[in-house]
Amino acid sequence: MLKIKSITCAALISILAGCVSPPPAHDYTAFKEADPHSIIILPPINNTAEVIAPQSVMTQMVAPIAESGFYVFPVAVVQQTFDNNGLSVASDVHQVPTQKLHEIFGADSALYVTIEEYGTSYVLISSETAVTVSASLIDLRTGAQLWQGAARASSAEQQNNSGGGLVGMLVIAAINQIAETISDKGFEIAAITSNRLLSSDVYNGLLYGPRSPSYGQPVPSEKKK
Amino acid sequence: MKTFIALAFVLAALTGCKSTKEPIYYYGSYNAAVYAYLKADELSIEEQVNMLEQVITDAANKGKAIPPGLHAHLGMLYFESGNTTLGTSHFETEKTLFPESAHYIDFLLNSAKGA
Repeated sequence: MLKIKSITCAALISILAGCVSPPPAHDYTAFKEADPHSIIILPPINNTAEVIAPQSVMTQMVAPIAESGFYVFPVAVVQQTFDNNGLSVASDVHQVPTQKLHEIFGADSALYVTIEEYGTSYVLISSETAVTVSASLIDLRTGAQLWQGAARASSAEQQNNSGGGLVGMLVIAAINQIAETISDKGFEIAAITSNRLLSSDVYNGLLYGPRSPSYGQPVPSEKKK
Repeated sequence: MKTFIALAFVLAALTGCKSTKEPIYYYGSYNAAVYAYLKADELSIEEQVNMLEQVITDAANKGKAIPPGLHAHLGMLYFESGNTTLGTSHFETEKTLFPESAHYIDFLLNSAKGA
């Protein structure tokens, strides 16, 4: 009996421990002042050898941004618009003046994404699929940076679930459902990375947008001040 | 008994966090359909259309909201398969559900007319 109790306590402590000693909290002042209602995910810059990485990452970023309460522009339709206008290279898109993007799409803000790591590496005894992404949110009306962040997720975490805390565990549970329909490990891990980077429920994620029931309420890193 | 109480406590801790976060939208295989379109190597446009129509049906049955962009994406697929009537209708639905998209959707509709 005692044993079970102590295991239970250990489990609870480990859940809570995920929240201990967080990195410095974001300053959301500019984000709040700009109060963007919509976000366009620009085609990501790909610093990896995996050609499918940009398509995978921008697809998986839609849900965490939508669930945070923002209007997210349809990524494939947007990609088509860029292609039709001779902007099929991501780095060219990232050079387009913000005012011009605002004119075409009517988006309040844009997410500029860079993929630093994507895919499976094989080390001695096991293989690991990891996705690392950095991003910044820019106000398209003023060009000001509203938010920036970086996140990494790896298949190794699922085998040895020590980090990520409760949110990470829940995300993994949700991802396992998606994995049943698509057998693409990179795509699966990209969903976890995207959620960890962007979700308003994650430390230093986006603010809650106007379509979230939590709009206007403090995000996790603000509560810890 | 003590074990039971302890377990109940853990369950309460876990479900407490889960119930507060009911997703805003029903996604179904929306992201799978978008990914398939962008990869352009596995599923036909018709299969992708069927996936998205299924998401819309399932969401309606569950009483859940359609995520932003789904109707616009589906509209694009209909335009690509030559069905401008359904294409236009889904573009209009996107605008109605999400007025934030109005400016872009109008741009797309004007481009479609010009093409």
